Amino acid sequence: MWILRFGRYIRGAPSGGASNRGGLSLGSRFTQAASGGSDGRQEAAGDPRRRGRVYENPTWQHVEQEPLPEKKVTVEVLDHLERLALVDFRNWDGVQRLEKAIQFADQLHAVNTEGVEPMDSVLEDRCLYLREDNITEGNCTEELLRNARETVEEYFIAPPGNIPLPKLEERDTFLQVSE
Amino acid sequence: MAASILRRCRGSLQRCRAGDVAALHSGPSPRRVQAPGPIASGRRAGNSPAGERGVAPWVAVVGLEIHAQISSNSKLFSGSQVQFAAPPNSLVSFFDASLPGTLPALNRRCVEAAVMTGLALNCSINKKSLFDRKHYFYADLPAGYQITQQRLPVAVNGSLSYSFCVGGKKNQMLTRTVRIKQIQLEQDSGKSLHDDTRSQTLIDLNRAGVGLMEVVMEPDMSSGEEAAAAVRELQLILQTLGSSQAIMAEGQLRVDANVSVHHPGEAYGVRTEVKNINSARFLARAIDYEIQRQIKELENGGTVMNETRAFDYKLGCTIPMRDKEGKQDYRFMPEPNLPPLILYDTKSLPANTNHQQVVNIDWIRERLPDLPSVRRVKLVEQYGILPEHSFTLLNEDGLMEFFENVVRQTQMNPKKVIGWILNDMLGYLKQHNLTVKESPVSSLFLADLLNLLDRGAISSSAAKQVLEELWKGEGKTPLQIVKEKTLELIQDQQELEQICQAVMEGHQEEVMEIKKGNRKVLNKLIGLVQRTTRGRADPVLVKQILEKRLSQ
Repeated sequence: MWILRFGRYIRGAPSGGASNRGGLSLGSRFTQAASGGSDGRQEAAGDPRRRGRVYENPTWQHVEQEPLPEKKVTVEVLDHLERLALVDFRNWDGVQRLEKAIQFADQLHAVNTEGVEPMDSVLEDRCLYLREDNITEGNCTEELLRNARETVEEYFIAPPGNIPLPKLEERDTFLQVSE
Repeated sequence: MAASILRRCRGSLQRCRAGDVAALHSGPSPRRVQAPGPIASGRRAGNSPAGERGVAPWVAVVGLEIHAQISSNSKLFSGSQVQFAAPPNSLVSFFDASLPGTLPALNRRCVEAAVMTGLALNCSINKKSLFDRKHYFYADLPAGYQITQQRLPVAVNGSLSYSFCVGGKKNQMLTRTVRIKQIQLEQDSGKSLHDDTRSQTLIDLNRAGVGLMEVVMEPDMSSGEEAAAAVRELQLILQTLGSSQAIMAEGQLRVDANVSVHHPGEAYGVRTEVKNINSARFLARAIDYEIQRQIKELENGGTVMNETRAFDYKLGCTIPMRDKEGKQDYRFMPEPNLPPLILYDTKSLPANTNHQQVVNIDWIRERLPDLPSVRRVKLVEQYGILPEHSFTLLNEDGLMEFFENVVRQTQMNPKKVIGWILNDMLGYLKQHNLTVKESPVSSLFLADLLNLLDRGAISSSAAKQVLEELWKGEGKTPLQIVKEKTLELIQDQQELEQICQAVMEGHQEEVMEIKKGNRKVLNKLIGLVQRTTRGRADPVLVKQILEKRLSQ
């Protein structure tokens, strides 16, 4: 599974900013050096007129993007995905949609992220709140059991063990038709 | 039969972590570089008959993954209680049941416990650590993922020193070190009870969400005995720190072993994972069995499969668990609901911070209690006992306190007291399968008895008889028992001489032997005198009298 890496694109831009909306548009790119971004933020923050955090003079550069090759997903990978995530692609249209989505996301590779720390969470500026070790919840057995279709003496009932997806050969699926 | 045994496994069956540790490395090989293990040092692993057949000796490589349940009031990410036995699903919050709209809130005590353990195991604490999701489907994991720390755990690169006894008489202590790869915080899953008759599983989520510390050790060990010693040492450390109670019977300490064998100098063999080990005793047995099984398999020309096996303690063997999915793909992704966990030390602590929101590593380091290794050294220095003795003292729950209480109340030299504690007291306890706390002989009584012995009022064999009487736990003091059974040393010289004379007359043969020059028979005569007097004779005095008479 690929990890999405967003470089330090537009720091401080509010959600209404056009730059953020729609994410990536084909044809032009915003790139901003990380240091430039933080300076710009300080500038804007210290600005007595508080013009907001949309930069007046954005620095962006056009990135030549070569047309990315069409990504083909193999039947093994599709079977693996169906098994792991229990999704059902249903037919080749679904697979095409997947391929288009992969291609769309692959545009990220055109961005030069050298020397930029990958961001793992939009919350990385926030402090992780530490809770005191007190008992504040629990004792709602009846409420929880109401969600379950079958219960027995305050236990939830589940089928025995995991029922794995049958192997590709044994399944009745469109993937079986070899390309 | 195997299937029903598998059903009884408390843990979930699907936790094939065969590829898990590999995922942490960037390199292609699932193993780290050369483990510094010795060649065939294990008791049984080294005794492979391969050497006799001219085949190279086998070396086993054992790595452990230990999950320790954090001792805290509430769970890792929610405010529900942590308790061992409780009505099913009564200690479950909406977050633990993965109802939509709930979010995790990290428990400060769990972070402190992990940092304490990391410091005690000489790890470097990562000031910034990240939480990830590990996805797999199983009924006792309601969210479908477990929040763990795969990319950047709380503590990395530590070491654990452990000692174990070798030699025929188990009197030689070897000390080894195993490297700790990392310590991470993660959630526990619920409990599943398999009901085969009705073909269903009953799920109890009381345990779901409880904080766990996973301690990953490098594969530096080479036998079941070493692994058991390392686990025991870790257990003692955790109990001393208070970060976990580490009771294996209650599932607070769970060990999975990765075992492989290879010839020294060659590449590592294929490893298997052994699960469902419920006590330290079974750990050594399970690992040794698995080592032997792999050796046999390879010597017969077969191959070892990379699989997960469960240990059946009744049969004493490992059986393969259902290998459903092959190598698991856990699709690790950063936990989007939790920002990075930042820990501070006194230097990096920002001003004007809320103390409740800050975990200060230096503050915790100052408050670490004495670790077992330090306590052992102190015992040796304070009382002059041998390191092996201090090892046993700390190993048995409560024995050290008992020993110190006795030493405080008696005038006898601690070096002699330790003999009574380890040989007689511990022997009795083990025989009757009692813990120190359940001992019918209190430290006060033992101290009284040793005082009598030290003063010379009774002999050591008499003392042993008194101890036997005390074990009945009837509440009589040692002095009372001595008086009742008239076990005092015979002070009257005349009486002693008479008894010696009687013994000599009754055993003319032995007397002739001694007069001929065979001194060893003298000990037999002394023994006979002791038996006649029921241990009331001072052996030194008896020897003097006998020698005097024999030379006449």
